Amino acid sequence: MVQIDKTTENDITTLSITGEVDASSSIQLDEALGEVVNHGAPGILIDCSGLSYISSAGLGVFMSYIEDIKTKNLRMALFGLNEKVKNVFDILGLDQLLTLVNTKEEALAVVNEA
Amino acid sequence: MKHNISVPCQKSNLQRIRTFVIEVLREQQLSELEVHSMVLAVDEVCANMMIHSNKCSPDHSIEVEVITKSKHKVVFNIIDRGHAFDITKHPEPDINEIIRKKKKGGIGLMLVKRIMDKIDFIHKDGFSIVRLTKNLHPAG
Repeated sequence: MVQIDKTTENDITTLSITGEVDASSSIQLDEALGEVVNHGAPGILIDCSGLSYISSAGLGVFMSYIEDIKTKNLRMALFGLNEKVKNVFDILGLDQLLTLVNTKEEALAVVNEA
Repeated sequence: MKHNISVPCQKSNLQRIRTFVIEVLREQQLSELEVHSMVLAVDEVCANMMIHSNKCSPDHSIEVEVITKSKHKVVFNIIDRGHAFDITKHPEPDINEIIRKKKKGGIGLMLVKRIMDKIDFIHKDGFSIVRLTKNLHPAG
């Protein structure tokens, strides 16, 4: 249901999410993001261009790492969200708590901002 | 029209429920965004019932009924025989508190409340029914 690919280049790890993140598949996102937050590069890009659906279980994964990202002084940006997926973040005001941008270039600019 | 589907309480079946709801709502001339948000709300209630009321047991099942009799509203009944949990009495959590405590759950019902116009909980003859009502704004 969901596929998560990880690539690391210089100081930036990109997680590309393809498919649907719901209560059944959110564990995969949790494991992948947890690994990057705890052992990965200081810059984290989340490529959501292949993400077709997200429920609260997926939102919860992102929310649960906000504190760790702050404490560890990491930077994370999500990009490429389609309108429906973006709307789910907006409904709860998470667009104010996470960095959501349109393109990879904008996301890179955010994580490179020291 | 009344449409319904019944699936075993395994989280892997949430996708079947979403596909079913999308297909029913596709006939309603609604915007994609509106359909998507209703699918999400139903998914959240079903996930909640499967996990909390039925412990994801494949021996238990959950039924979703979609009633599209009126152009002005759609009603979803999500029915199970699990341990009754009245979601309308669930207090709304504080998002900042969830973040501070690094909790991964607790926001599904917030989404449902934001999306739907009315949420009712009915417990009758051993069945628990969560009834979601959405007022519609048909395109055109």
